[in-house]
Amino acid sequence: MSFSKAGHEVRRGPLLILLIVVLAGFVAAPLAPWLCRSLGATRGGALLALVPLTLCATLAAIGPEALAGRGIFEAHPWVSGLGVGLDLRLDGLALVFALLITGIGSLVVLYAGAYLGDPGQAGRFLLFLLAFMASMLGVVLADGVITLFVFWELTSVTSWLLIGFDHEKAESRRAALQALLVTALGGVALLAGLLLLGAAGGSMRLSELEGARSAILSSGLYEAILVLVLLGAATKSAQFPFHFWLPNAMAAPTPASAYLHSSTMVKAGVYLLARLSPTLGATELFTLTVTSLGAATFVLGAVLAAPQTKLKRLLAYSTVSSLGLLVMLLGVGTQAAVVAAGAYLVAHALFKAALFLVAGAVDHETGERDVEKLGGLRSAMPITAAAAGLAALSMAGIPPLLGFVAKEVVYEAALPAPGGVLVIGLSVVANALLLLVAFESGVRPFVGALRETPRKPHEAPAALSVGPVLLGAAGLALGMAPALASSLFVDGFVASVHGEAPGKPLSFWHGFTPALGLSALTVVIGLAAVALRATLRRAGRNLAAAARFGPERAWDALWSALLSIARAQTDLLQGRRLRHGLALTALASGAFVVSGLLAGGLRLPPIDVVSAPLAEWALGGLLVLGCVAALLARTALAAVAVLGIIGTLVTLVFARFSAPDLAVTQFVIETLTVILFVLVLFHLPNYARLSRPSTRLRDGLLATSFGVVMTLLALSVGSLRRDDSITRFLAAESVPGGHGRNVVNVILVDFRALDTLGEITVLGVAAVGAFALLKLRPRG
Amino acid sequence: MAPILAIAIGALFGTGLYLMLRRSLVKLVLGLSFLAHGANLLIFGVGGLVEGHPPIVAEGETVLVPPYADPLPQALILTAIVISFAVTAFALVLVYRARESLGSDDLDDLGGTRT
Repeated sequence: MSFSKAGHEVRRGPLLILLIVVLAGFVAAPLAPWLCRSLGATRGGALLALVPLTLCATLAAIGPEALAGRGIFEAHPWVSGLGVGLDLRLDGLALVFALLITGIGSLVVLYAGAYLGDPGQAGRFLLFLLAFMASMLGVVLADGVITLFVFWELTSVTSWLLIGFDHEKAESRRAALQALLVTALGGVALLAGLLLLGAAGGSMRLSELEGARSAILSSGLYEAILVLVLLGAATKSAQFPFHFWLPNAMAAPTPASAYLHSSTMVKAGVYLLARLSPTLGATELFTLTVTSLGAATFVLGAVLAAPQTKLKRLLAYSTVSSLGLLVMLLGVGTQAAVVAAGAYLVAHALFKAALFLVAGAVDHETGERDVEKLGGLRSAMPITAAAAGLAALSMAGIPPLLGFVAKEVVYEAALPAPGGVLVIGLSVVANALLLLVAFESGVRPFVGALRETPRKPHEAPAALSVGPVLLGAAGLALGMAPALASSLFVDGFVASVHGEAPGKPLSFWHGFTPALGLSALTVVIGLAAVALRATLRRAGRNLAAAARFGPERAWDALWSALLSIARAQTDLLQGRRLRHGLALTALASGAFVVSGLLAGGLRLPPIDVVSAPLAEWALGGLLVLGCVAALLARTALAAVAVLGIIGTLVTLVFARFSAPDLAVTQFVIETLTVILFVLVLFHLPNYARLSRPSTRLRDGLLATSFGVVMTLLALSVGSLRRDDSITRFLAAESVPGGHGRNVVNVILVDFRALDTLGEITVLGVAAVGAFALLKLRPRG
Repeated sequence: MAPILAIAIGALFGTGLYLMLRRSLVKLVLGLSFLAHGANLLIFGVGGLVEGHPPIVAEGETVLVPPYADPLPQALILTAIVISFAVTAFALVLVYRARESLGSDDLDDLGGTRT
C-alpha cells in the first residue's frame, strides 16, 4: 500500500459540493409526481433526467481534483451527540461508481418516463428511482462508517419500493419482500461488522481505517469482521447462496431492473469489497473466501442463465454471474486483477444496462418477452437492433468493444493467480455461456424471420432508444480507445483499491498472448454453445429444476417456519379464549413471586399471630368471608351485594391506616359501582353455572394457589428494600413547592398532574364510549 | 403487615382470578373488581401500614414530620381506583349491549358471532 500517514493529504471540497451531490436526488424526488402530472410522463422524465445529468457533469468536472490526492473530503455535523458525522469522500473508486450511477441514471430516468407512459405511474416510479439514486450516491461517497450504513439501508428500502412497484401483483410483493429481507439481514450483519471494524481500527472513518490495517489484522476481531462484512456484500450483490432474490426482483418495471440490477444497487456489494480491500484484503483468508465465493457465483450464474428464455431472466442470471466474476477478481486482489475488475465493472455496467433497456423496448413495442417467440425485428426496429448488437458484442467479448478489452485483462489477471488452471477453466466455460446469453438476448430477437407478436412491432420512440444507443456507442468508443477508459475510470479505481495506479494503460492489442488464445477459445466454445443451444437448453432445464431445491427453497422454509412459530406463540399466549391467556398470566406472575421467595430476594418475616389488634382481625376476617360468600353466591345480585360490602371493608382499611383520601374516594366509587352493576344486572336475570365440575375444580385449584402465592407476597413485602427518596422529596416539597398541606392531593394535582390528566381522559373516553353504546344504534 | 390482612389480599386475588376464569361475562367483570381491590391493598401494604398519621402537613410546619404514612402509594391507588371504575363501567355497558344484541353473556357463545 502506498498510502502512508505521511501522505495524508486532505483536500476540502469546494463549498458543500459532495453534500449537494448526495442530497440533490432526495430534493428532486418529491417533485417527480407533480412534474409528471403537469408535463406528462415523457416530458417529465426528460426534465428530471437533467438532475442526474447535471450531477454527472459536476462529478466529471471535480474528478481530476479528486484523483490528484487521496480525494476530496467533506465533514458535516450530523448526530453530534453520538459523535456521528456526515463524512463524505470522493476518490477514484467513488468517482467511477458515482459517474456510472449518475450517467446511467440520467438515461434510465429519461427512459422510464416514456416507458411507463401514464403520468401517475411515471411520477411515482421516478420518485422512488431518484430517491434510490441519491441513496446509492450516499453509499459510494460515504467516508463515515455510519454514513455508509445508513445509505446502504436506504438503498434496500428504496429498491424494495421499486421491485414492489406493481403492488397489486402478489408476485411483485413477494419478490420485493424477499429482496428486502435478504439484503436487510445482510445489512444487520454489515452494521455489526462495521462497528467491530471501527472498534478494532480506532476510527469511524473508512479513509483512516486504511491506515489502521495492521492494528485491525492483529486485533483478534479480523475474522469476525470479515465474515460479517462479507455477509453484507454477498446478500447485496446476490452472491451464492443468496443469489436467488435477484432473478425474482425482475418483477420490477424494466427501467428499475436496468438500473438497480445491472449497474448500481447490486454493485454496492462489489463496491464495499473494493472499498475495504486496502483495509481487510490481501490476507490468506480474504483471498480464499472471496475468490471462491465469487468463482462459485460466476459459474453458477452462467449455468443458470443459459437455459432461460425470458429476456429479463436471461439477463438477471447473467448479472449474477458477472457480479461473481467481479467479486472473484477482488478476491484475487493482485494489481492485474484489480485492473480487470475496474475494466469489467465499467464494461458490464454499459452493456448490461443497454441490454435491459433494449429488453424493455422490445417488450414495450411487441408485447412479447420470450426469446423463443421473437425474431426478425431488425427491419422494424433498426435503431434498437443496432444498439442491442453493440451491447451483445461487448458482452460476448468480441473486438473492438470494451467487453473484449476487459475480458483480455481478466484472463491476464487469472493466469498467474493461485489455482490459476481451475480459475481459468471455469472462466472460459462461464464466459462462453455468457456469450450464449448475449446472443440470445441481444441478437436473436432481431435476426431471422419476423415472428408473430401480440403487438405489431415498430421502432421505439426516441426516449426509449437514446439510452441503449448511447450505452452501446460508449462500449464501442471505449473499446476502440482503451487508454481513455483507463484515464477516465480504471486508473483511479485501481489507485483507490490497490494503492498504486497501473503503470500502463489498457490497450487493445497485447500481442499473441495466452490471454488472446483464451479469448479465441471462449468465442469458439461460445459459438458452439449457440449452435447447440437447443440441446443445451434441454439439459439446462433439468438443472434448473434441480436448482429449485437450492437456497431459495431453504429460504422459503425458513420464512414459513418463522410465521408458524409466530402464529403458534400468539395462539398460546393470546389465543381465542381470554381465560387461557389469563391463566397463563397468573401462572407466570405466581412463578415470579415463588422464584423470588426461593432465591431469597423476598423473605417471609416471622409470623406474629397474637399481637395484631382485634380490629384488624375483624377487617381481615370479614374480607375473607366476603370472598367466600361471593364465590358461593347463587344470584348475580347477591354477588354484587357482597362486592359492595368488600368495598366498604376496603374503605375501612384505608381509613384505619392513615389514608383518608383513599377512604373517601373508595366509598364514593364503590357506591357508584354497585348502582351500575344493579342497573345492568336488572336486564341480565340468569347467573347460571356454565362450566363442568372438573373445569371448576381445576380453576379453583389454580385460583387458590394464586391466592396463596399473593398472600406470601403480601407478607414478605416488608423485606423489600425500598428507595424512599421520592417520598422524602414529596414530604419536604409539598408545602414550599406545591402550596398544599395534603400531600396526596398535591401529588395528584401538581407533581403528577399529567397522570391525573390521563386519568380524566380515560374517564372521559369510557363515558363517551358507554354513551355511544347505550344511545346510538345502527340505522334500520 | 398483619397476617390476617395478607390472607385477605390473597383471598381477593384468588376470588378475582376464579371469577375471571368463568365463562359468564358478568362474573368476568365482577372478578376484575375483586382483583382491583386485591391489587390496591397490596400496593397499600408495600407502602407500610401506619396508624393515625395521615400524610398531611400540620399547621405551622412546612414539611411532613415523621412518622407519617407514605403518600406515594396512596396517590397511585387513588388513580387506580378511579380508572378501575371507568373500566368497570365501560365493561358493564359492553356486557349489557352484548346481551342485548347477541342474547347471551356466555363468552363461548360470542366466539363465533359475526354481526
